[in-house]
Amino acid sequence: MTLEEILFYIFAFGGIVSALLVVTRRNPIIAAVYLIVNFFCLAAVYLTLHAQFIAVIQILVYAGAIMVLFVFVIMLLNLGDERGLRDSFSWKKVVASGLGFGVLMELIYIFIRQSSTQTIEMERATNIGTVEAIGHILFTQLLFPFEVTSLLLTAAIVGAIVLAKKNLD
Amino acid sequence: MFEYVPIIVLFPLLGFLALGLYGSRIKSEKLIGIIGSGTVGLSFLLASLVFFQMLNAEPDQRKQIVTLFTWLSSFTGSPGSLNVDIAYQVDQLSILMTLVVTGVGFLIHIYSIGYMHNDRGFWRFFAYMNLFIFTMLNLVLADNFILLFLGWEGVGLCSYLLIGFWYEKKFTGDAAKKAFIVNRIGDFGFIIGMLLIFSTFGSLNFTTVFNSASLLMIGNTTILWITLLLFIGAIGKSAQIPLFVWLPDAMAGPTPVSALIHAATMVTAGVYMVARCSILYVLSPVTMEIIAVVGAVTAVFAATIGLVQNDIKKVLAYSTVSQLGYMFLAMGVAAFSAGIFHLMTHAFFKALLFLGSGAVIHALNDEQDIRKMGGLKEYLPVTYKTFLIGAITIAGIPPFAGFFSKDEILWKTFSSEQGSWILFLLAISGAAMTAFYIFRLVTLTFEGEKRFNHHVHPHEAPKSMTVPLIILAFLSIIGGFVGFPHTSAIEEWLEPVFSPAKYKLLSGEQNGDLIEIILMIISAAIAVLGILTARWMYLKRSDIASLLIKRYPRIYKILLNKYYVDEIYDAAVVEPIVKMSDEVLWKSIDVVIIDGIVNGSAKIIGVISQVVRKIQTGVAQSYAVVFIGGVLFVLAWLLFR
Amino acid sequence: MVHLQSYLIVSAVMFIIGTVGVITRRNAIIVFMSIELMLNSVNLTFVAFAAFLGDSAGQVFVFFVMTVAAAEAAVGLAIIIALFRRKKTVNLDEINILKW
Repeated sequence: MTLEEILFYIFAFGGIVSALLVVTRRNPIIAAVYLIVNFFCLAAVYLTLHAQFIAVIQILVYAGAIMVLFVFVIMLLNLGDERGLRDSFSWKKVVASGLGFGVLMELIYIFIRQSSTQTIEMERATNIGTVEAIGHILFTQLLFPFEVTSLLLTAAIVGAIVLAKKNLD
Repeated sequence: MFEYVPIIVLFPLLGFLALGLYGSRIKSEKLIGIIGSGTVGLSFLLASLVFFQMLNAEPDQRKQIVTLFTWLSSFTGSPGSLNVDIAYQVDQLSILMTLVVTGVGFLIHIYSIGYMHNDRGFWRFFAYMNLFIFTMLNLVLADNFILLFLGWEGVGLCSYLLIGFWYEKKFTGDAAKKAFIVNRIGDFGFIIGMLLIFSTFGSLNFTTVFNSASLLMIGNTTILWITLLLFIGAIGKSAQIPLFVWLPDAMAGPTPVSALIHAATMVTAGVYMVARCSILYVLSPVTMEIIAVVGAVTAVFAATIGLVQNDIKKVLAYSTVSQLGYMFLAMGVAAFSAGIFHLMTHAFFKALLFLGSGAVIHALNDEQDIRKMGGLKEYLPVTYKTFLIGAITIAGIPPFAGFFSKDEILWKTFSSEQGSWILFLLAISGAAMTAFYIFRLVTLTFEGEKRFNHHVHPHEAPKSMTVPLIILAFLSIIGGFVGFPHTSAIEEWLEPVFSPAKYKLLSGEQNGDLIEIILMIISAAIAVLGILTARWMYLKRSDIASLLIKRYPRIYKILLNKYYVDEIYDAAVVEPIVKMSDEVLWKSIDVVIIDGIVNGSAKIIGVISQVVRKIQTGVAQSYAVVFIGGVLFVLAWLLFR
Repeated sequence: MVHLQSYLIVSAVMFIIGTVGVITRRNAIIVFMSIELMLNSVNLTFVAFAAFLGDSAGQVFVFFVMTVAAAEAAVGLAIIIALFRRKKTVNLDEINILKW
């Protein structure tokens, strides 16, 4: 059991637990906080994969920007611990959970069926995880998607503004 | 010249198309009349040219077949193949029929120009009449059964259209329907007969069938059925017992229609068919006997009804049924030429009588009851004279045409092997009654005291109506000479057509000139007797008629009501069918079963949809559930295949 | 040495948790967060494979996924705000205009 493995198991476990808590909390603010915890755990897991850039981006973008947005909206809508939103037990939930569980079992089955154990060579992982490596690919091979993404962001900005503004008539 | 035969048939078709499509826009009656009559006239001209060419040719060169194109062709080469061509067989019999149809038809078309003057459907009338001539020509010129049947059905259709010409009146529509439906009953037999012919001989072509038939023995059972079934068709079309009931009702149509279709041409189609299939009929003596008996009985039966009818056209209608009976009697005793000869003369004098009655009706502003006529001979001189000539002819007074043709039939009934003296007695009594009722008609209509409404001023018909009358009267006078006994030109002309049949019968010429002359004198005398009795009863002692009615009220009533045949049919056939259609076919099968199935399937779909539409909950998450379920299923299938 | 399967299994578990959250919860905001969870699990898969195969394209793809997730979160939350203004609720059970 190397340190890497231990760290991985800890943070993986943390991620899963926080994910569960996100999905089951009644209060949206609490759920948002647990989601942030999940993101941090995931960033740590990325680090075990030597994906430095992605880990930092994860924290910056997801935890830093998106979750802030979520929290703002929750506070804007003044959503508290509303009684009305108390999710009662229903058969639909059981069925859904059952289906989900079934898919999970299938997925695990797929993954475990691999004959040889695949280990990750960290040498290789390190080489590709650096900012230079990603930047290199991003601005040469995958330049076009990069530019298109800017269009996408523009559209998103415009859409968000249009949808959320008060009607001035 | 023979290649132009299809054009003879085509002219009236063109007339029908031109008038049918554009007639309503033509304002000039004269133009419509010219087109309508012109096409028939041209056909007659062409037919005459063909006829003259045939006259000049050798007797065995006279029969020709002109093929237009192949109509049906299936399974050629293998057994059970059917090949039907649109082909016309021109021989002595069909050219004779063609001349009668187009000739008399032409005269009646000219007459109609005057008779149908100012009628709202003037163009429609001529269009239908042209269509009729077209289909009738197809019938008589066909060289196979299917084309003949096409013409057969076509004339039935035109009869329906023309009887119901004044469709605003309900009873004309009813009469038209009755004609068509009763015809159809006969046609059913005809179709089955055709099917039997096809299965027996493998072909429907006249030449093929008749050649094969001439090799068969007399008394063949299949032929018996074939001929019987074909004759059933003839019973319907030619108004014999028991399917004659449509003909009197058909008088609801315009008088030229009655003259052309229900006297001269369509009703003779049955006679023509029997003559054409003579070889088949001689192979089945049973059928021949049936035909002769039916013909003779019908002749007498219809004549008795005609004795007391009071509508001028009804008298003539029953007279037609009776005369058709004579033609079938002739066929039944294997006197085929005599029957065709009588067909020809009957066309002349019956058309004449009908057209004359039309002139009377026209003059009296549509009065048809002869009790309200009388003394018309000074107002309608031409009509009276021509009508009188027609009456003398039908009564059978020499030397007019009717005498020769009827006498030929009487002689053959008496003398030929297939004839019998019972049939002869029936025929002779029918002749006596014919003379009586026709002169009753003449006397009550034209002579004696004037019984018509004094507001009416009868006037003679216009030239377009009287000229055809005169021509037909002329033909009635001289037409008989082509059948002068022992030098009968018409019999010689038609001989090649009937010789295969005659050969089968192996009957020799009857010797008995003396008897023949005696019979001629007897029939002429009986005719004169009938005429004199009628004139005496209705002119001199008009009280005798009412006395007889008082003495025998029941008989009078039965005759007047045409033996209640219509009422019997109504009760025995029509009512049960209507009832069954109402109760069974409509109420249970149509409403319950068929509607049930249709509405039921709609209902089932409705029920299923009520259940299935609950899937659309509108909540996106339930859709996602289904989504996940689908993913589960697909993954499972891919993994565990 | 951590096996590749471990990463994949972690990712699968998080994905299913996110899915169950999407289809089970009635609060629209929570549903959105579950969607973010699902996207993150997929990111993890990409990065794991990129490390395993030595191909940077996986990580670049994660970059793009994050961008798209950000855009989507922005627009989606704007929609929720607009919806909240109309119906004064974010309860998904009450937003069922597409119902039969």
